[in-house]
Amino acid sequence: MLKKRIIPCLDIKDGRTVKGVNFIDIRDAGDPIELAKRYITEGADELVFLDITATIEKRKTLAELVKRIAREINIPFTVGGGINSLEDAKVVINAGADKVSINSSAVKNPSLIKDIANEFGSQCVVVAIDVKKENDGWKVYVSGGKIPTGIDAVVWAVKAEQLGAGEILLTSMNNDGTKSGFALDITEAISKAVNIPVIASGGAGEKIHFKQVFEMTKASAALAASIFHFGEIPIPELKIYLQQENIAIR
Amino acid sequence: MIVIVKYNAGNIESVKNAVERLGFECVVTDNPDEIINADKIIFPGVGEAGSAMKYLRERKMDELILSLKQPVLGICLGQQLMCKHSEEGDTACMGIFDATVKKFPPLDTVPHMGWNNLHAVKSLLFAGINETDDVYFVHSYYAEKCSETIALCDYILPFSAAMHKDNFYATQFHPEKSAGVGEKILLNFLNMKA
Repeated sequence: MLKKRIIPCLDIKDGRTVKGVNFIDIRDAGDPIELAKRYITEGADELVFLDITATIEKRKTLAELVKRIAREINIPFTVGGGINSLEDAKVVINAGADKVSINSSAVKNPSLIKDIANEFGSQCVVVAIDVKKENDGWKVYVSGGKIPTGIDAVVWAVKAEQLGAGEILLTSMNNDGTKSGFALDITEAISKAVNIPVIASGGAGEKIHFKQVFEMTKASAALAASIFHFGEIPIPELKIYLQQENIAIR
Repeated sequence: MIVIVKYNAGNIESVKNAVERLGFECVVTDNPDEIINADKIIFPGVGEAGSAMKYLRERKMDELILSLKQPVLGICLGQQLMCKHSEEGDTACMGIFDATVKKFPPLDTVPHMGWNNLHAVKSLLFAGINETDDVYFVHSYYAEKCSETIALCDYILPFSAAMHKDNFYATQFHPEKSAGVGEKILLNFLNMKA
């Protein structure tokens, strides 16, 4: 049976992980590779590296980091953050990333989805969508959630699939950071509207939230950052819990 | 020497990384002499069947692969190209395995992406592997079950997760991305007697 995936997300700045980590047995908590290996040992099914570096040397340092990750890591990983062109995607994929995640750049220039899919295949293209609930439904936001687009979230997800997206990474801004659980309604609406995998993100605070998102929506995977980084929910404990709750888990 | 066949498909470097992590030297090449003289050959690939077969035919690399006598391991698109025909681009493939490659019916999410377990496992390639062990898949087309199937996986329907005929082995999943289980399978191949 195909398993539901648990995906930790690592924020990267200038080649280092951003958030503090309280794993005691890690030599260098700022080293993305040490942290990634730790997550793999714990049973992470995939990893997402989100680069938030904003310097002009970004592309070069990121390519070097991705090469190191690819040499050391034996599970699939996605790289996102500031991939604005086919050229940016090429640099990251040729350095060894299995997938690239694109967000604002895809909204601005939807044909970027098609361009990357044509060059490397749909399985390489993760379209990340940040959504916020407004009076007339869930809408797409860009630029790290700062700019509203007025675009309906479901409409955009379906369009992304048609253009060649291989996966949707859906983050609810209403839920992100609240630890109150994933946004089940929009996750269900989008995972039913598209036929590609949907990764639910934003709001995980307790183990039951993962059970809810897998039982109440068609999401294929769930992503979280801080609860894993700070050891609030250790991945092995989460996976044992989900197995006991009859969720298909590796 | 381990040789990884270079052609117009993606994901080749990650196979090289995995082989090197296991302590083996390997080269990525399309040089016929190097391929013929290798101890083992890995034929990986992520991409589209039609353009990949066209590329291989134009360079007579398909004939070269068919003529090999040492252990060969096809991975993902590699396995599909070793079958007789693929629905992807209505492509005639190499015909090592007597199976057709078809597109998954849209009865569930496609691609089949993520970790899934193998069953009906029978081959030295899977020595030490349990039927509850999961490996990583990402594909929209699958090879049918046939007499050369050495492992099945269930997604929408049962399909060939791995195949074997003579010196040719192939997996639909990515051992190079399947953590410790994948490493065991790769090691089983790399340690095979020629």
